[in-house]
Amino acid sequence: MCGIIGLMAKKEELRQSLGELVLPMFDCMAERGPDSAGLAVFATAVAPPLRRFSLFSDRDGYDWNGLARSLATDLDCRAEIVTRDNHAEVVAAIEDDPLRRWLKRRGNGVRVLAVGHSIELFKDVDRPDEVARRYGFAALRGTHCVGHTRMATESQVSPAHAHPFTAGEDFCLVHNGSLSNPYSLRRLLEEENLEFETDNDSEAACRFLQWRMRKGDTIEQALGSAFEKIDGFYTFLIGTANQMVLVRDPFACKPAVVAETDQYVAISSEFRSLAHLPGVADANIFEPLPEQIYVWRVAA
Amino acid sequence: MESRGVKTVRLDLSATSVREVNDYLHHQLISEGVRVVEILNPNGMHNIAVGLDCPIEAHVRGNAGYFIGGMNKQAHITVYGNVGWSVAENIMSGSVRVKGNASECTAASGHGGLVVIEGDSSSRCGISMKGCDIVVGGSVGHMSGFMAQAGNLVVCGDAGAHLGDSLYEAVIYVGGKIHSFGADAREEPMTEADYAKIGDLLKRAGFELPLKEFKRVASARTLYHWNAEAHQVY
Repeated sequence: MCGIIGLMAKKEELRQSLGELVLPMFDCMAERGPDSAGLAVFATAVAPPLRRFSLFSDRDGYDWNGLARSLATDLDCRAEIVTRDNHAEVVAAIEDDPLRRWLKRRGNGVRVLAVGHSIELFKDVDRPDEVARRYGFAALRGTHCVGHTRMATESQVSPAHAHPFTAGEDFCLVHNGSLSNPYSLRRLLEEENLEFETDNDSEAACRFLQWRMRKGDTIEQALGSAFEKIDGFYTFLIGTANQMVLVRDPFACKPAVVAETDQYVAISSEFRSLAHLPGVADANIFEPLPEQIYVWRVAA
Repeated sequence: MESRGVKTVRLDLSATSVREVNDYLHHQLISEGVRVVEILNPNGMHNIAVGLDCPIEAHVRGNAGYFIGGMNKQAHITVYGNVGWSVAENIMSGSVRVKGNASECTAASGHGGLVVIEGDSSSRCGISMKGCDIVVGGSVGHMSGFMAQAGNLVVCGDAGAHLGDSLYEAVIYVGGKIHSFGADAREEPMTEADYAKIGDLLKRAGFELPLKEFKRVASARTLYHWNAEAHQVY
């Protein structure tokens, strides 16, 4: 079991209180996934060549300001950095690969959780309400967010194994279910020189979809090939800079409920985590059909 | 409180836990002479009114979560909203009525009693049912009636893919379109006994519909015996 949640605000006022609205959804899904949790939020994009990086250190009290100073001296890169517990958001004019290479050379165990122009991602091991408190989910603002509460069934419990998983830029995936062929997916992708950070099945699905899109597929085409290549049980919820995408496996083995009003689109594993939302009594509430691709785009 | 001479009790799930409500329903209500229970603010919570074994009416005012009315005996439960997975799972007798839609596995393995979904019921409706009757006012999702052993599933709307896969002796009646049949399920001619049966079930469910549209789906019984020559293809 795991819990997935997603919320897209259609109106500006709601974007200012996205975190407040999503927090009770998240807390409620703790019962489905008590061991670790994460949330990706998509906020106002930074202008290129700037990028947002969500970084994570396993070491408590990590010297993030020291990291920003070395970034300036080593790579001549000025970075804005906002830190919170084991997490830092770095905004800098640098590409993904040079930053990752530099972090690896520095050898201090700092990992990139997400990169892009809009995405900010937090994930950690603990009860979901504790993770939400630690990283201040209630104050988050943005157009949409994608979250997950994990009950690990197939790989270890660690911050890296928590969802959402990311691949490429401004792309993340959360998964409820378990895949039967993650290793054949991995072998396929390793032949394409893709690297993995964990042995988790959901990471394989995330990298597969983003790899298809890098090859030129639309998200619909990428999911079309996922129906062919990915075997197992899944409800996937995917976040991109301007979309939220939901899909269930051909048997619809894992749950999902959608509530849509003119104010928001809210998605959860179970209705009870949507019951507090304003106007939910008059929302269009439905259960997504198996193997159907549901896409919601951010309104301008 | 007394309403029309019937002792009624109101239980509010925003102030009382599901465990406490169910404990009251199991152990206290009959000795207090209560015959009608109003359950307020269900807000999608799971396991509401599970395991009742008394001839009462329960009215659940709102959307309920998983397993509502599970293992029900004697009681008549009405939900004024939608329900999650496995409503009336393993129902033994009495009835469960849902005014809205139901999620997956409606009345899974139900032995007896009547389950009415006024809206749609999604996939695996009536999975492994063992003698209960289910009437769905709308449509059902894929793999409904999967391995259903006894009882009747009446679908007034359409049925999704693989209807009645691996059916035993339960019978399915569909008023609308059938997307596809599962292994060993087939359409059979309607008999007078079939019309009488669905007429009675629709009446008990409170639906008025022309009976002539209904199709009977039952097991072709080709899977009852192992066929070594089928090469695992069915």
